[in-house]
Amino acid sequence: MSDILALTAADAAEEIAMGRLSAEELFAAYRSRALADRDAGEAGLNCFTWVAESTPAPAPARPLAGVPLAVKDLFCTEGVPSQAGSRILEGYLPPYTATVVRSLADAGAPLLAKTNQDEFAMGSSTENSAYGPVRNPWDRGRVPGGSSGGSAAAVAAGLAPWALGTDTGGSIRQPAALCGIVGLKPTYGSVSRYGMIAFASSLDQAGPITRNVRDAALLLAHMVGHDPCDATSIQFPERVTLPHAERLDGIKLGVPAELSQDGIAPGVQRAFASALARAEELGAERHDVALPHAPHALSAYYVLAPAECSSNLARYDGVRYGMRAQDAEDLLSMYTRTRHDGFGPEVKRRVMLGTYALSSGYYDAYYGRAQRVRTKIAEDFRAAFEQVDFILTPTAPTIAFLLGEKTGDPLAMYLNDYCTVPMSLAGVPAISIPCGLSDGLPVGLQIAGPAFSENRLLEAAHALEMAFEFDGAPARV
Amino acid sequence: MIGRDEVLHVARLARLELGEDEIEPMARELSAVLDHVAKIAELDLSGVPPTSHVVEVTGALRADEPRPCLEREVVLSQAPAVSDEGFLVPSPQA
Repeated sequence: MSDILALTAADAAEEIAMGRLSAEELFAAYRSRALADRDAGEAGLNCFTWVAESTPAPAPARPLAGVPLAVKDLFCTEGVPSQAGSRILEGYLPPYTATVVRSLADAGAPLLAKTNQDEFAMGSSTENSAYGPVRNPWDRGRVPGGSSGGSAAAVAAGLAPWALGTDTGGSIRQPAALCGIVGLKPTYGSVSRYGMIAFASSLDQAGPITRNVRDAALLLAHMVGHDPCDATSIQFPERVTLPHAERLDGIKLGVPAELSQDGIAPGVQRAFASALARAEELGAERHDVALPHAPHALSAYYVLAPAECSSNLARYDGVRYGMRAQDAEDLLSMYTRTRHDGFGPEVKRRVMLGTYALSSGYYDAYYGRAQRVRTKIAEDFRAAFEQVDFILTPTAPTIAFLLGEKTGDPLAMYLNDYCTVPMSLAGVPAISIPCGLSDGLPVGLQIAGPAFSENRLLEAAHALEMAFEFDGAPARV
Repeated sequence: MIGRDEVLHVARLARLELGEDEIEPMARELSAVLDHVAKIAELDLSGVPPTSHVVEVTGALRADEPRPCLEREVVLSQAPAVSDEGFLVPSPQA
């Protein structure tokens, strides 16, 4: 093999299955790259919070053939540090492994490394991490997006063949867009959340972060399924298949004005317009669709997600795991000081926001209303999908921004999620694929489909990917 | 506009100590976000049911049968302080 690191994950799996490549050699090659990045600290990309101590022993033939997997720190991995990017979980070694990580390991994707992220997945730039910020491999002065920024930067830079991320309001799709790779948020409920450290349980969903659409399909095929440990998980209605489509003849693509015009940077709009033109050349029909409540999605999301976060993060109290503030004189001050010392500024903001929105006198005005807006948003999508097969938007309003550019203004940071949050609230699947460059940096195209339409969605994304011929090579380190 | 007293009240509810230097920025940032999200007050939502689940799940209940769980030592091994067979915490009253 001339350059094993240039292989996509699916191609590497095939080479291993054919006996032309050794899984151990591939693992060792990625491990040494991941170690080099970790040892470089912030002089590198700072993608990893932990790297495997050794190469796994040879295993019998399995579908994923031993192609190593990077996993966001948010997933619990038995005996391996899992801190969700937070100081408050310092030293935590989970006694069990998340169902999806276990399923993938069983299918032949062993754990290569854990990836850096925004603390508890709260952020859009991976600057809110106890491990320090992650850098964008296209431009080290810029953010990789977030919250799965470590996974996205690692895949884009060729430090991992593929990775697991999680998406609550865009945390897979937006970093995939900003790093020029593929990220898929599956239908809510299709992948078990058991062992995924909770942020906003009605929205959180694990998904693949990969170099191309085919790799995303291959990884997803081994992620979906009902898990008795997650009562919201659902048996995926069909087998996930590898996409082959090269044309989009007769496919109806809906473009919502609400998510593709105001607030979208001109360079992103240009790349989006040329992506739509390519889609039409492939035989697709372009239609205008309305998502009238989508402009309110961000407001509803920034009530609902913090509300769920304030409840989920109540468990970090210094009693059972992680760190504890020392020298507290009584139980209550032990709780409050542990949370003061252990949570970073963005997590504190969301806990406060959520607690406020749920507090007596404000519940109906904020949480109650936001849940009703969510119903309207889901209805908008259902109505749109009666007219079109897929909805297309830019994934993020801008290209990757500078480190520190938005950390002082939470609202400006939240606006990064403008195009991705509506699909999260509706629970529908959406994929981001790179569709071009603006100022030399990647632009993502978001394609959303109805619940459980992943196979069709991946086919359409594959056809577009073939047509775009996006070159991710400049990001490889 | 959220004031200092309101910030401290919510922090108490959230069991979160805030440093003196964190209170004013928190008041300002919460106010900015709440002003933005207040736009949903303009929508007519009468008769609209709140979302409970985005994807319909049926039959999520299982039989209530005892099953093995994590061993006590395994669980206690992650705690900052333990005593005999339980988690050790400071006294509720100093």
